Amino acid sequence: MRLSRDEVARAFVQRIEELSEERVLTCYQCGKCSAGCPMVEFMDRPPHQVIRLVQLGQEQAALAAEAPWYCAACHSCASRCPRGTDLSRVMEALRSVALRAGRPRLDWNKLPPEVLARLPQQAFVSGARKLT
Amino acid sequence: MKLAYFPGCTVKAQAPQFEASALAVARVLGVELVEPANWQCCGAVYPLATDNLLPLASPYRTLMAAAKAGLDVTTLCSACHNVLKRTAHRLQTDAEVRAKLEAFTEEPWQPVRVRHLLEVIRDEFGWEALAGRAQRRLSLRLAPYYGCLLLRPAEVMAFDDPERPRVLHQLCAALGAEPVSSPYEAECCGAFLTLADARASLAAARNIIAAARGRGAQAIVTSCPLCHFNLDARQAELAADGQPLPVLYFTQVLAQALGLSDDCCQFDLHYADPAPRFAGESGGGNG
Repeated sequence: MRLSRDEVARAFVQRIEELSEERVLTCYQCGKCSAGCPMVEFMDRPPHQVIRLVQLGQEQAALAAEAPWYCAACHSCASRCPRGTDLSRVMEALRSVALRAGRPRLDWNKLPPEVLARLPQQAFVSGARKLT
Repeated sequence: MKLAYFPGCTVKAQAPQFEASALAVARVLGVELVEPANWQCCGAVYPLATDNLLPLASPYRTLMAAAKAGLDVTTLCSACHNVLKRTAHRLQTDAEVRAKLEAFTEEPWQPVRVRHLLEVIRDEFGWEALAGRAQRRLSLRLAPYYGCLLLRPAEVMAFDDPERPRVLHQLCAALGAEPVSSPYEAECCGAFLTLADARASLAAARNIIAAARGRGAQAIVTSCPLCHFNLDARQAELAADGQPLPVLYFTQVLAQALGLSDDCCQFDLHYADPAPRFAGESGGGNG
Protein backbone atom coordinates (compact mmCIF):
# COMPACT_ATOMS: atom_id res chain seq x y z
CA MET A 1 0.00 0.00 0.00
CA ARG A 2 1.27 3.41 -0.99
CA LEU A 3 0.50 6.20 1.42
CA SER A 4 0.68 9.93 0.94
CA ARG A 5 0.78 12.59 3.63
CA ASP A 6 -2.39 14.20 2.26
CA GLU A 7 -4.28 10.96 2.38
CA VAL A 8 -3.28 10.14 5.93
CA ALA A 9 -4.18 13.63 7.14
CA ARG A 10 -7.48 13.62 5.30
CA ALA A 11 -10.74 14.76 6.79
CA PHE A 12 -11.99 11.15 6.76
CA VAL A 13 -10.29 10.22 10.04
CA GLN A 14 -11.70 13.33 11.67
CA ARG A 15 -15.17 12.59 10.35
CA ILE A 16 -15.11 9.07 11.76
CA GLU A 17 -13.77 10.33 15.09
CA GLU A 18 -16.46 13.00 15.21
CA LEU A 19 -19.31 10.67 14.30
CA SER A 20 -18.23 7.97 16.71
CA GLU A 21 -16.86 10.24 19.42
CA GLU A 22 -14.12 7.65 19.76
CA ARG A 23 -10.38 8.05 19.33
CA VAL A 24 -9.29 6.01 16.35
CA LEU A 25 -5.71 7.27 16.20
CA THR A 26 -4.77 5.96 19.64
CA CYS A 27 -5.31 2.33 18.57
CA TYR A 28 -2.00 0.42 18.65
CA GLN A 29 -3.28 -2.62 16.79
CA CYS A 30 -3.13 -5.19 19.55
CA GLY A 31 -5.96 -7.11 17.90
CA LYS A 32 -7.90 -7.86 21.07
CA CYS A 33 -11.12 -6.64 19.39
CA SER A 34 -10.65 -9.08 16.54
CA ALA A 35 -9.75 -11.94 18.87
CA GLY A 36 -13.01 -11.60 20.77
CA CYS A 37 -15.36 -10.57 17.98
CA PRO A 38 -18.21 -13.10 17.66
CA MET A 39 -18.71 -12.22 13.99
CA VAL A 40 -15.08 -12.07 12.85
CA GLU A 41 -15.30 -15.28 10.83
CA PHE A 42 -17.86 -13.64 8.55
CA MET A 43 -15.90 -10.43 8.05
CA ASP A 44 -13.63 -9.88 5.08
CA ARG A 45 -11.18 -8.09 7.36
CA PRO A 46 -10.90 -8.39 11.12
CA PRO A 47 -12.03 -5.27 13.03
CA HIS A 48 -8.53 -4.07 13.96
CA GLN A 49 -7.63 -3.90 10.26
CA VAL A 50 -10.65 -1.71 9.58
CA ILE A 51 -9.41 0.66 12.28
CA ARG A 52 -5.97 0.64 10.64
CA LEU A 53 -7.50 1.62 7.30
CA VAL A 54 -9.26 4.54 8.97
CA GLN A 55 -6.06 5.58 10.72
CA LEU A 56 -4.29 5.64 7.37
CA GLY A 57 -7.04 7.67 5.73
CA GLN A 58 -7.97 4.84 3.36
CA GLU A 59 -11.54 6.00 2.93
CA GLN A 60 -12.45 3.86 -0.06
CA ALA A 61 -11.05 0.66 1.37
CA ALA A 62 -12.59 1.28 4.79
CA LEU A 63 -16.02 1.97 3.30
CA ALA A 64 -15.77 -1.00 0.95
CA ALA A 65 -15.06 -3.39 3.84
CA GLU A 66 -17.78 -5.90 4.69
CA ALA A 67 -16.78 -5.93 8.35
CA PRO A 68 -18.93 -2.99 9.58
CA TRP A 69 -22.04 -4.70 8.20
CA TYR A 70 -21.31 -7.80 10.26
CA CYS A 71 -20.77 -5.85 13.46
CA ALA A 72 -23.72 -6.70 15.72
CA ALA A 73 -22.87 -3.77 18.02
CA CYS A 74 -22.44 -6.16 20.95
CA HIS A 75 -19.65 -4.04 22.52
CA SER A 76 -17.47 -7.06 23.38
CA CYS A 77 -14.55 -5.25 21.74
CA ALA A 78 -15.35 -2.09 23.69
CA SER A 79 -15.32 -3.86 27.03
CA ARG A 80 -11.86 -5.32 26.27
CA CYS A 81 -10.03 -2.53 24.41
CA PRO A 82 -6.89 -1.51 26.34
CA ARG A 83 -7.16 1.95 24.77
CA GLY A 84 -10.76 2.41 25.82
CA THR A 85 -12.04 2.73 22.27
CA ASP A 86 -15.56 1.55 21.60
CA LEU A 87 -15.12 -0.05 18.22
CA SER A 88 -18.87 -0.65 17.90
CA ARG A 89 -19.22 3.11 17.58
CA VAL A 90 -16.49 3.32 14.95
CA MET A 91 -18.28 0.62 12.96
CA GLU A 92 -21.53 2.60 13.29
CA ALA A 93 -19.75 5.72 12.02
CA LEU A 94 -18.56 3.79 8.95
CA ARG A 95 -22.04 2.42 8.34
CA SER A 96 -23.48 5.91 8.77
CA VAL A 97 -21.15 7.39 6.15
CA ALA A 98 -22.22 4.73 3.65
CA LEU A 99 -25.92 4.94 4.52
CA ARG A 100 -25.98 8.72 4.38
CA ALA A 101 -24.38 8.55 0.95
CA GLY A 102 -27.43 6.56 -0.11
CA ARG A 103 -25.96 3.07 0.00
CA PRO A 104 -28.29 0.90 2.09
CA ARG A 105 -27.08 -2.57 2.93
CA LEU A 106 -30.46 -4.21 3.10
CA ASP A 107 -33.13 -4.33 0.41
CA TRP A 108 -36.43 -5.13 2.10
CA ASN A 109 -37.95 -6.17 -1.21
CA LYS A 110 -35.42 -8.95 -1.55
CA LEU A 111 -36.21 -10.59 1.79
CA PRO A 112 -38.14 -13.83 1.28
CA PRO A 113 -41.73 -13.69 2.61
CA GLU A 114 -41.09 -16.63 4.96
CA VAL A 115 -38.29 -14.65 6.60
CA LEU A 116 -40.52 -11.60 6.93
CA ALA A 117 -43.25 -13.73 8.46
CA ARG A 118 -41.27 -15.33 11.26
CA LEU A 119 -38.62 -12.85 12.39
CA PRO A 120 -39.19 -10.94 15.63
CA GLN A 121 -40.08 -7.26 15.47
CA GLN A 122 -36.85 -6.46 17.27
CA ALA A 123 -34.82 -7.85 14.36
CA PHE A 124 -36.72 -5.68 11.87
CA VAL A 125 -36.41 -2.48 13.84
CA SER A 126 -32.71 -3.05 14.61
CA GLY A 127 -32.02 -4.08 11.02
CA ALA A 128 -33.77 -0.98 9.70
CA ARG A 129 -31.73 1.20 12.04
CA LYS A 130 -28.39 -0.42 11.35
CA LEU A 131 -28.59 -1.48 7.73
CA THR A 132 -30.79 1.00 5.87
CA MET B 1 -43.58 -1.45 45.21
CA LYS B 2 -44.85 0.19 42.03
CA LEU B 3 -42.95 0.53 38.76
CA ALA B 4 -43.67 1.72 35.24
CA TYR B 5 -43.37 -1.37 33.07
CA PHE B 6 -42.21 -0.94 29.48
CA PRO B 7 -43.03 -4.13 27.53
CA GLY B 8 -41.54 -3.31 24.13
CA CYS B 9 -42.56 -4.57 20.71
CA THR B 10 -41.28 -8.13 20.63
CA VAL B 11 -42.47 -9.04 24.13
CA LYS B 12 -45.97 -7.94 23.17
CA ALA B 13 -46.04 -9.47 19.72
CA GLN B 14 -43.90 -12.59 19.81
CA ALA B 15 -42.98 -13.44 23.37
CA PRO B 16 -46.29 -13.41 25.28
CA GLN B 17 -44.91 -16.15 27.55
CA PHE B 18 -42.16 -13.77 28.69
CA GLU B 19 -44.70 -11.13 29.64
CA ALA B 20 -47.29 -13.48 31.17
CA SER B 21 -44.71 -15.20 33.36
CA ALA B 22 -43.16 -11.85 34.36
CA LEU B 23 -46.51 -10.36 35.34
CA ALA B 24 -47.44 -13.47 37.33
CA VAL B 25 -44.10 -13.45 39.14
CA ALA B 26 -44.32 -9.72 39.88
CA ARG B 27 -47.79 -10.20 41.35
CA VAL B 28 -46.55 -12.89 43.73
CA LEU B 29 -43.55 -10.79 44.73
CA GLY B 30 -45.75 -7.78 45.41
CA VAL B 31 -44.39 -5.62 42.61
CA GLU B 32 -47.07 -3.59 40.88
CA LEU B 33 -46.22 -3.13 37.22
CA VAL B 34 -48.05 -0.28 35.51
CA GLU B 35 -47.93 -0.30 31.74
CA PRO B 36 -47.95 3.30 30.49
CA ALA B 37 -50.67 4.17 28.00
CA ASN B 38 -49.48 4.93 24.49
CA TRP B 39 -45.93 3.68 24.92
CA GLN B 40 -43.85 3.66 21.78
CA CYS B 41 -41.20 1.27 20.49
CA CYS B 42 -37.82 2.03 22.06
CA GLY B 43 -36.10 1.74 18.69
CA ALA B 44 -34.50 -1.63 19.51
CA VAL B 45 -30.94 -0.33 19.20
CA TYR B 46 -29.35 2.69 20.82
CA PRO B 47 -28.03 5.10 18.15
CA LEU B 48 -24.23 5.00 18.30
CA ALA B 49 -23.45 7.83 15.88
CA THR B 50 -23.07 10.96 17.98
CA ASP B 51 -25.20 13.21 15.79
CA ASN B 52 -28.05 10.72 15.36
CA LEU B 53 -30.45 12.14 17.93
CA LEU B 54 -33.88 11.52 16.45
CA PRO B 55 -34.01 7.86 17.59
CA LEU B 56 -33.78 9.17 21.16
CA ALA B 57 -37.15 10.90 20.90
CA SER B 58 -39.23 7.77 21.33
CA PRO B 59 -37.43 6.41 24.42
CA TYR B 60 -37.39 10.00 25.75
CA ARG B 61 -41.19 10.15 25.62
CA THR B 62 -41.50 6.76 27.27
CA LEU B 63 -39.16 7.82 30.07
CA MET B 64 -40.97 11.10 30.60
CA ALA B 65 -44.36 9.40 30.79
CA ALA B 66 -42.99 7.35 33.70
CA ALA B 67 -41.28 10.33 35.32
CA LYS B 68 -44.51 12.33 35.23
CA ALA B 69 -46.23 9.49 37.03
CA GLY B 70 -43.41 9.57 39.57
CA LEU B 71 -42.32 6.02 38.79
CA ASP B 72 -39.04 4.26 38.07
CA VAL B 73 -39.00 2.24 34.87
CA THR B 74 -38.52 -1.48 34.50
CA THR B 75 -38.42 -3.70 31.46
CA LEU B 76 -37.93 -7.38 30.61
CA CYS B 77 -36.23 -7.24 27.25
CA SER B 78 -32.46 -6.82 27.22
CA ALA B 79 -32.63 -4.51 24.19
CA CYS B 80 -35.32 -2.21 25.60
CA HIS B 81 -33.35 -2.13 28.84
CA ASN B 82 -30.21 -1.14 26.94
CA VAL B 83 -31.90 1.62 24.92
CA LEU B 84 -33.89 3.09 27.82
CA LYS B 85 -30.98 3.04 30.25
CA ARG B 86 -28.55 4.55 27.78
CA THR B 87 -31.04 7.23 26.77
CA ALA B 88 -31.62 8.15 30.41
CA HIS B 89 -27.86 8.28 30.98
CA ARG B 90 -27.23 10.42 27.90
CA LEU B 91 -30.00 12.87 28.75
CA GLN B 92 -28.79 13.12 32.32
CA THR B 93 -25.16 13.76 31.40
CA ASP B 94 -25.25 15.68 28.10
CA ALA B 95 -26.80 19.14 28.41
CA GLU B 96 -26.63 19.88 24.70
CA VAL B 97 -28.55 16.74 23.73
CA ARG B 98 -30.99 17.38 26.57
CA ALA B 99 -31.77 20.87 25.25
CA LYS B 100 -32.35 19.54 21.74
CA LEU B 101 -34.64 16.74 22.87
CA GLU B 102 -36.57 19.05 25.17
CA ALA B 103 -37.14 21.44 22.27
CA PHE B 104 -38.10 18.65 19.89
CA THR B 105 -40.48 16.79 22.19
CA GLU B 106 -41.74 19.94 23.94
CA GLU B 107 -41.33 18.15 27.25
CA PRO B 108 -38.84 19.10 29.95
CA TRP B 109 -36.42 16.37 31.00
CA GLN B 110 -36.75 14.84 34.44
CA PRO B 111 -34.30 12.35 35.90
CA VAL B 112 -35.65 8.83 35.80
CA ARG B 113 -34.25 5.52 36.95
CA VAL B 114 -34.31 2.51 34.61
CA ARG B 115 -33.75 -1.02 35.86
CA HIS B 116 -34.11 -4.42 34.29
CA LEU B 117 -36.52 -6.68 36.18
CA LEU B 118 -33.57 -8.91 37.10
CA GLU B 119 -31.94 -5.91 38.75
CA VAL B 120 -35.13 -5.09 40.63
CA ILE B 121 -35.41 -8.63 41.95
CA ARG B 122 -31.74 -8.77 42.93
CA ASP B 123 -31.65 -5.34 44.55
CA GLU B 124 -35.10 -5.10 46.10
CA PHE B 125 -35.54 -8.66 47.30
CA GLY B 126 -32.13 -10.29 47.30
CA TRP B 127 -31.45 -13.92 46.57
CA GLU B 128 -32.09 -15.22 50.07
CA ALA B 129 -35.54 -13.67 50.25
CA LEU B 130 -36.29 -14.99 46.80
CA ALA B 131 -35.19 -18.49 47.84
CA GLY B 132 -37.54 -18.17 50.80
CA ARG B 133 -40.46 -17.53 48.47
CA ALA B 134 -39.78 -20.59 46.31
CA GLN B 135 -42.41 -23.31 46.51
CA ARG B 136 -40.13 -25.91 45.04
CA ARG B 137 -36.46 -26.29 44.34
CA LEU B 138 -35.55 -26.75 40.71
CA SER B 139 -33.14 -29.64 40.52
CA LEU B 140 -32.01 -28.70 37.05
CA ARG B 141 -28.74 -27.77 35.42
CA LEU B 142 -29.39 -24.38 33.81
CA ALA B 143 -26.99 -22.47 31.57
CA PRO B 144 -27.40 -18.70 32.06
CA TYR B 145 -27.08 -16.83 28.78
CA TYR B 146 -26.49 -13.10 29.09
CA GLY B 147 -25.78 -12.06 25.49
CA CYS B 148 -24.69 -8.54 24.73
CA LEU B 149 -27.23 -5.86 25.58
CA LEU B 150 -27.99 -6.77 29.16
CA LEU B 151 -24.44 -6.05 30.30
CA ARG B 152 -22.67 -3.74 27.89
CA PRO B 153 -21.50 -1.04 27.91
CA ALA B 154 -20.86 -1.89 31.55
CA GLU B 155 -20.20 1.71 32.68
CA VAL B 156 -23.74 2.69 31.66
CA MET B 157 -25.57 -0.56 32.33
CA ALA B 158 -23.97 -0.63 35.80
CA PHE B 159 -25.50 -4.05 36.22
CA ASP B 160 -22.98 -6.83 36.39
CA ASP B 161 -19.44 -7.74 35.34
CA PRO B 162 -19.56 -7.90 31.52
CA GLU B 163 -16.81 -10.51 31.36
CA ARG B 164 -17.94 -12.69 34.23
CA PRO B 165 -21.59 -11.93 34.82
CA ARG B 166 -23.33 -13.56 37.76
CA VAL B 167 -26.89 -12.26 38.13
CA LEU B 168 -28.58 -15.11 36.24
CA HIS B 169 -26.28 -17.63 37.94
CA GLN B 170 -27.38 -16.28 41.30
CA LEU B 171 -31.03 -16.38 40.32
CA CYS B 172 -30.78 -20.03 39.22
CA ALA B 173 -28.84 -21.00 42.35
CA ALA B 174 -31.34 -19.25 44.63
CA LEU B 175 -34.09 -21.38 43.12
CA GLY B 176 -32.21 -24.62 43.70
CA ALA B 177 -30.93 -25.08 40.15
CA GLU B 178 -27.29 -25.65 39.35
CA PRO B 179 -25.95 -22.83 37.15
CA VAL B 180 -23.76 -24.14 34.32
CA SER B 181 -21.15 -21.66 33.14
CA SER B 182 -20.04 -21.55 29.53
CA PRO B 183 -17.44 -19.51 27.66
CA TYR B 184 -20.20 -18.30 25.34
CA GLU B 185 -22.54 -17.07 28.06
CA ALA B 186 -21.87 -13.36 27.40
CA GLU B 187 -21.18 -13.64 23.70
CA CYS B 188 -23.58 -12.08 21.20
CA CYS B 189 -26.12 -14.36 19.45
CA GLY B 190 -25.81 -12.40 16.21
CA ALA B 191 -28.85 -10.30 17.09
CA PHE B 192 -30.37 -8.55 14.06
CA LEU B 193 -27.87 -10.17 11.69
CA THR B 194 -30.42 -12.97 11.64
CA LEU B 195 -32.15 -10.66 9.16
CA ALA B 196 -29.21 -9.72 6.95
CA ASP B 197 -27.21 -12.96 6.94
CA ALA B 198 -28.92 -15.88 8.56
CA ARG B 199 -25.68 -17.92 8.50
CA ALA B 200 -23.93 -15.53 10.88
CA SER B 201 -26.46 -15.68 13.70
CA LEU B 202 -26.93 -19.42 13.20
CA ALA B 203 -23.19 -19.96 13.66
CA ALA B 204 -23.27 -17.91 16.85
CA ALA B 205 -26.32 -19.82 18.10
CA ARG B 206 -24.63 -23.14 17.34
CA ASN B 207 -21.59 -22.20 19.47
CA ILE B 208 -23.74 -20.99 22.36
CA ILE B 209 -25.99 -24.06 22.35
CA ALA B 210 -23.16 -26.57 21.85
CA ALA B 211 -21.16 -25.05 24.72
CA ALA B 212 -24.15 -25.26 27.07
CA ARG B 213 -25.10 -28.77 25.96
CA GLY B 214 -21.51 -29.99 26.22
CA ARG B 215 -21.39 -28.88 29.84
CA GLY B 216 -24.49 -30.83 30.70
CA ALA B 217 -27.03 -28.01 30.76
CA GLN B 218 -30.67 -29.11 30.57
CA ALA B 219 -31.84 -25.68 29.41
CA ILE B 220 -30.54 -22.20 28.62
CA VAL B 221 -31.89 -19.16 30.48
CA THR B 222 -32.14 -15.77 28.78
CA SER B 223 -33.73 -12.33 29.17
CA CYS B 224 -33.98 -11.29 25.53
CA PRO B 225 -36.65 -12.19 22.97
CA LEU B 226 -34.24 -11.80 20.05
CA CYS B 227 -31.73 -14.13 21.72
CA HIS B 228 -34.66 -16.46 22.32
CA PHE B 229 -35.55 -16.43 18.64
CA ASN B 230 -31.97 -17.04 17.55
CA LEU B 231 -31.39 -19.79 20.11
CA ASP B 232 -34.78 -21.51 20.24
CA ALA B 233 -36.80 -20.97 17.05
CA ARG B 234 -33.74 -21.28 14.87
CA GLN B 235 -32.68 -24.50 16.59
CA ALA B 236 -34.91 -26.17 14.02
CA GLU B 237 -32.02 -25.54 11.62
CA LEU B 238 -29.57 -27.22 14.01
CA ALA B 239 -31.50 -30.46 14.41
CA ALA B 240 -28.48 -32.48 13.27
CA ASP B 241 -26.46 -31.25 16.25
CA GLY B 242 -28.42 -33.25 18.82
CA GLN B 243 -31.51 -33.23 20.97
CA PRO B 244 -33.10 -29.76 21.09
CA LEU B 245 -32.04 -27.78 24.14
CA PRO B 246 -34.90 -25.75 25.65
CA VAL B 247 -34.40 -22.01 26.05
CA LEU B 248 -36.24 -20.42 28.98
CA TYR B 249 -36.95 -16.84 29.89
CA PHE B 250 -35.73 -16.16 33.41
CA THR B 251 -39.29 -15.28 34.36
CA GLN B 252 -40.46 -18.77 33.39
CA VAL B 253 -37.79 -20.25 35.67
CA LEU B 254 -39.07 -17.99 38.45
CA ALA B 255 -42.70 -18.90 37.75
CA GLN B 256 -41.88 -22.60 37.99
CA ALA B 257 -39.96 -22.19 41.24
CA LEU B 258 -42.64 -19.97 42.77
CA GLY B 259 -45.19 -22.68 42.05
CA LEU B 260 -47.23 -20.63 39.57
CA SER B 261 -49.52 -22.23 37.06
CA ASP B 262 -47.98 -23.56 33.86
CA ASP B 263 -50.46 -21.39 31.96
CA CYS B 264 -48.28 -18.32 32.37
CA CYS B 265 -45.25 -20.13 30.91
CA GLN B 266 -46.91 -21.10 27.64
CA PHE B 267 -44.25 -23.68 26.83
CA ASP B 268 -46.19 -24.63 23.71
CA LEU B 269 -44.79 -21.51 22.05
CA HIS B 270 -41.24 -22.89 22.22
CA TYR B 271 -39.51 -24.94 19.57
CA ALA B 272 -37.63 -27.04 22.12
CA ASP B 273 -40.28 -27.96 24.69
CA PRO B 274 -39.15 -27.12 28.24
CA ALA B 275 -42.18 -28.79 29.89
CA PRO B 276 -40.55 -32.23 30.41
CA ARG B 277 -37.73 -30.52 32.34
CA PHE B 278 -40.21 -29.46 34.98
CA ALA B 279 -42.34 -32.58 35.01
CA GLY B 280 -41.91 -34.73 38.09
CA GLU B 281 -40.11 -31.99 39.98
CA SER B 282 -40.60 -32.58 43.69
CA GLY B 283 -42.54 -29.97 45.60
CA GLY B 284 -41.80 -28.69 49.04
CA GLY B 285 -38.59 -26.73 48.72
CA ASN B 286 -37.58 -24.50 51.55
CA GLY B 287 -40.42 -22.02 51.26
